[in-house]
Amino acid sequence: VLSFRAVESQSEGQCAPVDSLWRRYSEFELLRNYLSVTYPHIVVPPLPEKRADFVWHKLSADNMDPDFVERRRIGLENFLLRVASHPVLCQDKIFYSFLMQEGGWKDMVNETGFQLKADSRLKALNATFRVKNPDKRFTELKHYSDELQSVISHLLRVRARVADRLYGVYKVHGNYGRVFSEWSAIEKEMGDGLQSAGHHMDVYAASIDDILEEEEHYADLLKEYLFYAEALRAVCRKHELMQYDLEMAAQDLTSKKQQCEELATGTVRTFSLKGMTSKLFGQETAEQREAKIKILEEQIQEGEEQLKSKNLEGRDFVKSAWADIERFKEQKNHDLKEALISYAVLQISMCKKGIQVWTNAKECFSKM
Amino acid sequence: DTSLAEVNSFSSSMPISPSSMINQYKFEDEPELRDLFVTVDDPESHITAIETFITYRIVTKTSRGEFDSSEYEVRRRYQDFLWLKSKLEEAHPTLIIPPLPEKFIMKGMVERFSDEFIETRRKALHKFLNRIADHPTLTFNEDFKIFLTAQAWELSSHKKQGPGLLSRMGQTVRAVASSVRGGVKNRPEMFTEMNDYMETFSQKINILDKIAHRIYKEEREYFNEMKEYGPIHTLWSASEEDIADSLKGVASCIDKCCKATEKRMAGLSENLLPILHEYVLYSEILMGVLKRRDQIQGELDSKVDALANKKTEKDLFSEEIGKLEDKVECANNALKADWDRWKQNMQCDMRSTFTNMAENNLRYYEECLATWESFLASQTVDLHVEEDSEDRP
Repeated sequence: VLSFRAVESQSEGQCAPVDSLWRRYSEFELLRNYLSVTYPHIVVPPLPEKRADFVWHKLSADNMDPDFVERRRIGLENFLLRVASHPVLCQDKIFYSFLMQEGGWKDMVNETGFQLKADSRLKALNATFRVKNPDKRFTELKHYSDELQSVISHLLRVRARVADRLYGVYKVHGNYGRVFSEWSAIEKEMGDGLQSAGHHMDVYAASIDDILEEEEHYADLLKEYLFYAEALRAVCRKHELMQYDLEMAAQDLTSKKQQCEELATGTVRTFSLKGMTSKLFGQETAEQREAKIKILEEQIQEGEEQLKSKNLEGRDFVKSAWADIERFKEQKNHDLKEALISYAVLQISMCKKGIQVWTNAKECFSKM
Repeated sequence: DTSLAEVNSFSSSMPISPSSMINQYKFEDEPELRDLFVTVDDPESHITAIETFITYRIVTKTSRGEFDSSEYEVRRRYQDFLWLKSKLEEAHPTLIIPPLPEKFIMKGMVERFSDEFIETRRKALHKFLNRIADHPTLTFNEDFKIFLTAQAWELSSHKKQGPGLLSRMGQTVRAVASSVRGGVKNRPEMFTEMNDYMETFSQKINILDKIAHRIYKEEREYFNEMKEYGPIHTLWSASEEDIADSLKGVASCIDKCCKATEKRMAGLSENLLPILHEYVLYSEILMGVLKRRDQIQGELDSKVDALANKKTEKDLFSEEIGKLEDKVECANNALKADWDRWKQNMQCDMRSTFTNMAENNLRYYEECLATWESFLASQTVDLHVEEDSEDRP
């Protein structure tokens, strides 16, 4: 059972001076890296963006902007909640001690030696590993995660532009306020109507700030799944590499077996320069051959054991990965649907505010 | 009321709402009391060896005795309207002659003979003639009558008559000369107030015009972005199963709001923008009228000053001065009456156009609200269905 007080104290720690905030973020990154390596079959929850991305003009790209800092704090809190509510991850001891704020947590993580387990090939983006028998489900999933990433980032970019334009429409209406006020000074009968209408124009112009701030939270919901897409792809990648290693191991085993057979029977099935030279310059002694065969037989036995365990590892990975993927899919569908509903709620609220302001303005104008 | 019905049939693009009809006939005379109805429609392009120009059909219906017939149909081009305006200004220097749409200005938005430009101009010309028809003095102007009734050749021969260019130039020179000498120092308080008012009004109306154009521009940019926003959700729905319907729902809502934005923009360009523009022109016209009044007064003042220096010919002068005094009094009275009338109409115009603008925005938000509320309802129904099915064993 996770105590929420622990989570809050973590957040409070982040209201400390700026450099300590950055340190905290890097600790979150360390935690996530640890979890990714230790649980390769799990779709590990993503961290919020380090730097402000998908900004529109008013929202500063400044990472020190208090609104951005606050939203990132919420994002980090959300990350911890995600991990805490994950059936597997929540039981991790390193995660537990991260929350309990033990001193020297960093050393503790590094002592697990998880970095050694990290596959450097995962970071090599352009590395191609041709897998002969790819798992169709994982291929489809990788394709889906690519599409999800592409469509959400496109959506976020356009949303930012829409927000920018919407801001413009509202703010220009604010100019009415001042001019109406100045104009009302020279009008006897129209003055009151103009003045009060101008006030409503000011209200209208000011209302957009809160509306768009709330929309940023919606954007953050989508951003989480943008980053989740990467976590999804990471699982697929790990499976791909596992499959590749398996195929390489099997291939290696097969060739060793073949070599062994050739040596034992004296038949050369495959052309080799060594074979030719030995035919030309004399063959090896029987003892030499026996020695080679013995080494190969040892290697073959090792290889078969390794292949067996790799196969088992692979099957286990697929089973548990797929279980987590199903869990993730349900979570994603639920969350995204809720997000879309929240977007509708935002729009409704914006429309209602608009109706109120323009109803008031209309009344003032009609009294001019 | 037949004329109102005919106006409806001409304006193809403009949605005729009761309030916009009232806009056209909001002058002090009740529509039922009018005995002269004018419409401008049917723009036609004419191509000659020298030039290309547009003519508009002017239809007049009247019960007035001084008109030989009760119905007239003529064609006029923009040049003819310019002629009419200058004749009216000549005949009534201190009356407020309504504004004409400008000659083609490279605003960069509209081509010279685009349908949009021609339609905007047609509406403005229609308003121009109707404002003259509703003016208690201008409606009986002879040149106005000729403009409405004369055939093309009759009009051009009439145009050639009347004070020539040189004599008109002479008037202008004298007017300038007299304004240099005076007119402002003896200006009655009332007209100084008018002047001060017009200076501020002119400033404010110009700013409002700019603001309204800026809003239109921002709304158009918003519309352009929204056009791209909706379809992304549809694209996304293609790679989803469970949430595909929700995504398509959002896409549809955004598209509907996009269309509502288009309507909102159209409301601006059909109502607020033209009216503000007219009053920008009106403010220039009014400053001109006030100047001309000052000039007339200036003529009187300079003659009075000259009299003070003359020893002989006093009798001759005093007769002239008497005439000028009458002229000034007439001019002042005409302006005062027209000013009051103009202010009332302006108030009416501003009230109705801004109310209309507010209504326009209200409609926009109401439409968008309905769209999103129905989407929300559809989503929460689904949730309830899901919850119910979970309860079942």
